[in-house]
Amino acid sequence: MTTISIDHVSRWFGNVVAVNDITMTIGPGVTGLLGPNGAGKSTLISMMAGFLAPSTGTVTLDSKPTWRNEDIYKELGLVPEREGMYDFLTGREFVVANAELHGLGKKAAQKALATVEMEYAQDRKISTYSKGMRQRVKMASALVHEPSVLLLDEPFNGMDPRQRMQLMDLLRAMGDEGRTVLFSSHILEEVEQLASHIEVIVAGRHAASGDFRRIRRLMTDRPHRYLVRSSDDRALAAALIADPSTAGIEVDLKEGALRVQAVDFGRFTGLLPRVAREHGIRLLTVSPSDESLESVFSYLVAA
Amino acid sequence: MYDPTVARLTYRALLGRRRALILLALPLLLVVIAAAVRGFNGADDQVAADLLGGFALATMVPIIGVIAGTGAIGPEIDDGSVMYLLSKPVKRPTIIVTKLTVAIAVTMVFSAVPTLVAGLILNGNSQQIAVAYTIAALVSSIAYAAIFLLLGTVTRHAVVFGLVYALVWEALFGSLVSGARTLSVQQWSLAVAHKATDAGDLVTSDVGLPAAVVLLLVVTAGTTWYAGRRLRTLTVAGDE
Repeated sequence: MTTISIDHVSRWFGNVVAVNDITMTIGPGVTGLLGPNGAGKSTLISMMAGFLAPSTGTVTLDSKPTWRNEDIYKELGLVPEREGMYDFLTGREFVVANAELHGLGKKAAQKALATVEMEYAQDRKISTYSKGMRQRVKMASALVHEPSVLLLDEPFNGMDPRQRMQLMDLLRAMGDEGRTVLFSSHILEEVEQLASHIEVIVAGRHAASGDFRRIRRLMTDRPHRYLVRSSDDRALAAALIADPSTAGIEVDLKEGALRVQAVDFGRFTGLLPRVAREHGIRLLTVSPSDESLESVFSYLVAA
Repeated sequence: MYDPTVARLTYRALLGRRRALILLALPLLLVVIAAAVRGFNGADDQVAADLLGGFALATMVPIIGVIAGTGAIGPEIDDGSVMYLLSKPVKRPTIIVTKLTVAIAVTMVFSAVPTLVAGLILNGNSQQIAVAYTIAALVSSIAYAAIFLLLGTVTRHAVVFGLVYALVWEALFGSLVSGARTLSVQQWSLAVAHKATDAGDLVTSDVGLPAAVVLLLVVTAGTTWYAGRRLRTLTVAGDE
């Protein structure tokens, strides 16, 4: 049982704050680190993996600091996001080299290759591998010493659905064995399928923490904004504002459209077509105006 | 202080097909020139010393040193694959010393061997000129490999800076400006070669032997120590 503790950690690069006063504890089981691109996920993982010093605060693995401490790698496996991985070697040579650096031999390497189901292509050069195959060989290299902590930076990027399922099963099994597995992703669906526990970071800040139901609720319960065009904007506005699911409506004359703010997402999506039909109004455009992941996440920060 | 796995990976990266061709080009050129000079001119000790000193030692050895020294670590840092070495319970100085050993070995093989061959072709080692310049090539290989290995950990443009140093400082300033010669790996190695052989006036150095040896040791040890430190605090951030 190994626990990663992040205590009031900040990290800045020049004037840019990548990670801003984050405190979290990551224990056994599968944890998903969720956040939009550029939120600081990789920076945080680099600090957990001992590749980056926190500007302030401490990152420890069972109370041992991870920075400048090669001994942590006996317990920690890392699957980096970057692709560079000795392309001139075959998959088997690469994993064997990784095993040797841990003081292990060919047997451990072969076992890891079997775990990720890459034996069939192990004698091909890595340069000929697809992205999913590279990802699996990277996994094997991180698993050779059967670490109690596994850190994965965007592991599902570029994988096809079948490979994704396979990797999810593998990570789930490792979590069930009591290992501490942490992976980062910017896709909510990916995280909620796999992680029992989710940490959300947005713009370097720790935005939310909990199980996926709580995070999902936070995300769907936020106010939604829509841009609506119809055959009679004012009549539609009058009818919509009467319902409690609508918090505000602006008649945007320049755009020739309504800007609607809905507070009850489920109810509003039922209400809008019904009201339109009842009043004989034709809906021309209904488009969510803040569905970008960034705005969803930034709502979480405020919550 | 030596890890065979790190060494194997470094050798394979350095002697990959394209890099090996680059490493072979200059030595081949040297041998071809030596054969041509001997063919047209006959054996001449002064010409032999000029060619080995001016081309082999002043140009070829530092360039081979740049390719081997920076190539032993630079590309791995550049593409991030160094993470697979660093995320292991292996001491960082061990990684550096191993890579230095490989870089020295490769530089020696690709610079000292062709220097000896060219020297034998030029005048059959008359007045020990071939041996003297071979010794100088061996000695300078050590210092160059260490300097350029450090450069590979410091900057992404290590090859460019390395070539500028090798060509401008060692080859140009080292030949023209006398003050610069005191701080030239080439001159230090010549001092050792002068002492080790009886080549006499044909192999001379502006630097005395004690100073040369001390400077060689200090530069090699200092750059290696600092490269180990660089690697220890190397920040490998993601793409963000």
